[in-house]
Amino acid sequence: MKTLLSFCVCLAAALLLPAFVDASHLNLAILVLMAAQLGVAWNIVGGYAGQVSLGHAAFYGLGAYTSTLLLIKFGVNPWIGTLAGGAVAAALSLAFGWSCFRLKGHYFAMATIAVAELVQIFFTEWEWGGGAVGLNVPMDKTGWAWMSFATKLPYYWLALGLLLVTLAVNLWIERSWLGFYFRAIKDEPDAARSIGVNIAPYKQIALSISAFFTAIGGSLYAQKELYVDPNSVLSTALSIKMALVSILGGVGTLFGPVIGAVVLTSIEEFSRIVFGGTGSGIDIIIYASLIIAVAVFYPTGIVGWWKGFARRKFANARAVEPSTKNASGGTGSNAVEVAS
Amino acid sequence: MKLLEVNSVSKRFGGLTANEDVTFTVDSGQIVGLIGPNGAGKTTLFNCVAGYFAPTNGTITLAGRDIGGLPPESCARAGVARTFQIARTFTSMTACENVMTAAMLSHRHVAAARKSALEWLAFANLERFADKPAASMTISEQRRLAVARALAIHPRVLLMDEVMAGLNPSEVKEAVDVVLRIRDRGIACLIVEHVLEGIMPIADKIVVLDRGRKIAEGTPQQVAADPHVISAYLGD
Repeated sequence: MKTLLSFCVCLAAALLLPAFVDASHLNLAILVLMAAQLGVAWNIVGGYAGQVSLGHAAFYGLGAYTSTLLLIKFGVNPWIGTLAGGAVAAALSLAFGWSCFRLKGHYFAMATIAVAELVQIFFTEWEWGGGAVGLNVPMDKTGWAWMSFATKLPYYWLALGLLLVTLAVNLWIERSWLGFYFRAIKDEPDAARSIGVNIAPYKQIALSISAFFTAIGGSLYAQKELYVDPNSVLSTALSIKMALVSILGGVGTLFGPVIGAVVLTSIEEFSRIVFGGTGSGIDIIIYASLIIAVAVFYPTGIVGWWKGFARRKFANARAVEPSTKNASGGTGSNAVEVAS
Repeated sequence: MKLLEVNSVSKRFGGLTANEDVTFTVDSGQIVGLIGPNGAGKTTLFNCVAGYFAPTNGTITLAGRDIGGLPPESCARAGVARTFQIARTFTSMTACENVMTAAMLSHRHVAAARKSALEWLAFANLERFADKPAASMTISEQRRLAVARALAIHPRVLLMDEVMAGLNPSEVKEAVDVVLRIRDRGIACLIVEHVLEGIMPIADKIVVLDRGRKIAEGTPQQVAADPHVISAYLGD
């Protein structure tokens, strides 16, 4: 109930935001929404199903390249190109899953990096697909029919709409048998098998849904930036960012990636303003520090930290709720807290 | 009626023989105890029946259907449920969600799964924990939660691996009570157990393994008097 209320407040703020900010801040807001959408999409396989992928840029790049190539070479409408990009990424995710899901945990994550690197090398060498130079998205046809605009505002609505759709799909997954099976596979794979869950296809379903929405995010990026090259849409840094948004906010939670995106994108832009966009790598140092800090102090992310904080606060007030997993104490410690 | 038939099952890991030519049956509604000293091959045999290992030789049939060598998820669908030595609770879920996940094998809809899960929680005397995080429950409660979860797939036989190990006497009594009520539902139980005080009074049949082989089979009284069993437990 409280979550629903906060969501409505945030949504209202997001709907009113364009009326109050200038163009550069609107652009920042678009970046936040796009990062949030990628985090939410990554969270399906990386958070709920617990299969940490560090190769999601492959799907993002496939989306961006598919819609752009279809538009340039065949004049296909970007709306159709976007869906085609999602389909291509979902198809590639079968090969991705077939090869990487043989491995578990850290080994799986490392394999996903390798596969994504292969995709990046392929696009760098592929002359027909633009090679290392990249592709410019033509702007001869503009307007909603062609998903191409001279101003930023329509992209804001597109990014917000895409985020809401991705969130809705996540919510459906969370509430359906899929979400239960994903979490069971993440928590205890052997126990999941003992109750009839066939693990391999469910991991693949999670990866394919995640790949589809990641690719759609990539197509939107191409339409907004009007330029794609292997470095901007296929780099490992991008894969890491998708994972980090989710991990920072809280893996396996609906709104964790959104919160993570707000924090991370703000830090990114802030460091760019303060330290200059000279490629000094300061933002990467901040990223790395964040990963270490989250992993050491708050493995459940901002959402997990907040839940723990709220629980302690309310437990002191009401003296009832038992503590849960990941809280510092066990069941017994609450009584001590209350008594003191 | 013979429900589960384990027929001349052997399991070898390279040169190591964990089970050699083990044969026994479990009838429907029967409680069968599988006992033996440490390293006797109880858990290996158990894993063969539940699909976690494929037997090297021999057959395992459930109600006439060959299940030997099927993967665990297929064994579960065929009607074999199991619990583990450690509870293997789904720690990101509440107690009810743990059981719901299992109930979803037959009820895809969340509401139907919840209804079924609440019934099984009540069966295991855990209804008061329904919406509490499963990770906050004690070991004994998590063991019973694992039993409720296993039962929620509507099995024909339930395999329990050391369900009473490490419990205090009152918790053992509670676990025994749950096992008896499982039998009353017509579900056969195959129980690997070290706690003989827990299993001996309730088992219809005891199978004793030693060094991978079956050395005795019979009622608890027969087995307890068997010189082979006594020497296996106390040494020659």
